[in-house]
Amino acid sequence: MSHILKIALVGNPNTGKSTLFNLLTGMNQKIGNFPGITVDKKVGYCKLTPDQQAEITDLPGTYSLYPKSKDEAVVFQVLADKHNSSHPDLIVVVADATNLRRNLLLYSQVADLNLPVILALNMTDMATKEGIIIDVDKLSAKLGVQVVPISARSNKGLKELKQAIANVTSIATQEKGADMNVLAGAAIKEVKALVGTNNDYYALQLLHQHEHIESFTPQYEQFEAIERTHHFESSKLQAAETIARYKHLSTILSGVIEDTGTAKKFVVSDRIDAILTNRFWGFFIFLFILLFVFNAIFSWAAYPMDLIEESFAWLTAVGHEHLPAGVLTDLMLDGVVAGLGGIVIFIPQIAILFAFISILEDTGYMARVTFMMDKIMRKFGLSGRSVVPMIGSLACAVPSIMSARTIESWKDRMITIMVAPLVSCSARLPVYTLLISLIIPQEKVFGVISLQALTLMGMYLISIVAAMVVAFVMKFIIKAKEKSYFIMELPVYRMPRWKNVLYTMYEKSKTFVFEAGKVIIAISIVLWVLASYGPSDKFQAIEKKYAQIESRQDSARVSTLERDKSAEKLENSYAGILGHTIEPVIRPLGFDWKIGIALITSFAAREAFVGTMATIYSVDGGADNEGTIRDKMRVAVDANTGLPLFTFATGFSLMLFYAFAMQCMSTVAVVYRETKSWKWPLIQTAYMTVMAYVASLIAYQILK
Amino acid sequence: MNLSHLKPGERGTIVAFTDLEMSVKLMEMGCLPGEMVEVERYAPLGDPMAIRVAGYQLCLRKDEASVIIIT
Repeated sequence: MSHILKIALVGNPNTGKSTLFNLLTGMNQKIGNFPGITVDKKVGYCKLTPDQQAEITDLPGTYSLYPKSKDEAVVFQVLADKHNSSHPDLIVVVADATNLRRNLLLYSQVADLNLPVILALNMTDMATKEGIIIDVDKLSAKLGVQVVPISARSNKGLKELKQAIANVTSIATQEKGADMNVLAGAAIKEVKALVGTNNDYYALQLLHQHEHIESFTPQYEQFEAIERTHHFESSKLQAAETIARYKHLSTILSGVIEDTGTAKKFVVSDRIDAILTNRFWGFFIFLFILLFVFNAIFSWAAYPMDLIEESFAWLTAVGHEHLPAGVLTDLMLDGVVAGLGGIVIFIPQIAILFAFISILEDTGYMARVTFMMDKIMRKFGLSGRSVVPMIGSLACAVPSIMSARTIESWKDRMITIMVAPLVSCSARLPVYTLLISLIIPQEKVFGVISLQALTLMGMYLISIVAAMVVAFVMKFIIKAKEKSYFIMELPVYRMPRWKNVLYTMYEKSKTFVFEAGKVIIAISIVLWVLASYGPSDKFQAIEKKYAQIESRQDSARVSTLERDKSAEKLENSYAGILGHTIEPVIRPLGFDWKIGIALITSFAAREAFVGTMATIYSVDGGADNEGTIRDKMRVAVDANTGLPLFTFATGFSLMLFYAFAMQCMSTVAVVYRETKSWKWPLIQTAYMTVMAYVASLIAYQILK
Repeated sequence: MNLSHLKPGERGTIVAFTDLEMSVKLMEMGCLPGEMVEVERYAPLGDPMAIRVAGYQLCLRKDEASVIIIT
């Protein structure tokens, strides 16, 4: 049994690197974190030969080893730091054969780090179609490494690539690229002595980037001293290096690559662009696509969601019927199962949303949306790149905030992170749908559009407008640290890779169920306990009171008595006491103490709202456990006024509260992780809570 | 003249850059001195712009394009 070979996949964005990763590792992969930093680390396992296993890490796509964003910084950190747990034995550089010269720039930098390298030439079939002929053997001879032509899309060349990986020697064989000593020879020499390496380029890179690598922190002062003595100018040297490398690449590629059919490939893509980014139609088409996606999320998901809801209702009913009655059964069914149902029900919507996002990204359309929206977004202090995190926030702010890492400018990124949680996420959807079904009649406007659907869309619009307004305000508050970039490749339009789409759906749903699931189940259990138990003296008093009444009444009225008793118990439970404590604060918003309990639990995760309502009303329901939560809420009565609790004013006020409030621990945690300080999540939570309270207050006071 | 002055369909050759930091990023993306660029289109609102360079399509803002001196 040989040891597991560690492989890192490196390449430009849009080279099909991730497709190759999925092909090599199949479902056998996991997402973790690089130690100390928060960039997602995708690791998978692959059997190269019957007795050779490989661990493959998919590094973020980058155009060069000099990072322009947080994501890209990982690449050098992993490749340069021998102490990094992902430090590879072998690097596979994935290059797009249709744009070889630009792709080889990164290769030449990586190769000069002197780790064993293989070059995987992806999209060779496309290159052939476009009339680009590459002499692979010659290229391989000139570079001094194995070059394997593959096509990740059509699954070609994979066997050969695995074979090449299995064959690789532990000693780097590549030819040296451009000579770096002409750029900063004296400084390089000193760094080589300082860190004990004989690699010129590694030394030069350390001069540029030592501050990003943890294991070189002790030598920080020495590095800075070398920079000072040699008047080290990072940007100037990077520019000189890039020019030197391209010059070197031209000699490598002469006689290797022949382009016969010039620019043929762009004809189709250009025609599509002429329509999709048309001055007039561009935005209409985008709006239409968004509408289509939304409609799909609501209408396609409806059937599986009903099915899930009914299954869980059935499970609870059957459970109550067959399991021995008792505390444990109640906890299982009203706590855990109710909580589980509240999570699983989101899966269809999340899967559908991510299917669309991945299709739009895969085809290249998302890049065009970014391109079209940049000017508007910039007016609001965001950038075109904020569009993807903002659209993603419609599903969940957590992955979207993480995806904001691709935004190179610090200020744009911060503003995007700060406003992303305002965009209505899928966890608000059940809150909205439940409340809308309670307060908006099932009527149609102009005979076709459902008033309920219109209200729902209105809630989404409100959330997006709020996000833009807040972004606009923050544009003036947050001070920029550096220039904002928008230099981006517009990939050629392509058909989506359906396997990738399916994989994204699976992966995002799984992440959601496990990440959010843990929190929600825990809350459900805690809540059930809080709602079922209270200070023992009060509970005993209630028991006694009802026992007395019961002995005096005839049996026909026992069921209503049971209900009164459990209602009184809930009111005196710990949850009830909590709800009552905050009632004076939320009364002006139209909320009673039961909603208060839901608000408290929702501060952990807003998904908890429906579950909390279900738990409270199940506990409240006493013997009468039938009927959906909606029916129970419809008949709920305000204890103070005796009128129905969920009036239009209360319902609308509650929806606004959920639209604006920061009710998600995971978001707070991820913002902390991404910004590395408590300042930002605290500011965010504060401004969102204030906004929610004020909006609800105004809405309720006007509408009541 | 700089790149942001070109209309769709017009071409030029990159000569130099007026911003060092930006030039690193642009060169990494294939915008090298001596390279031919062609403006493909402007976004519906007039900014950013899409150019063809080094065999692929790149988009950049007008103020970024204005650091690229062309002839």
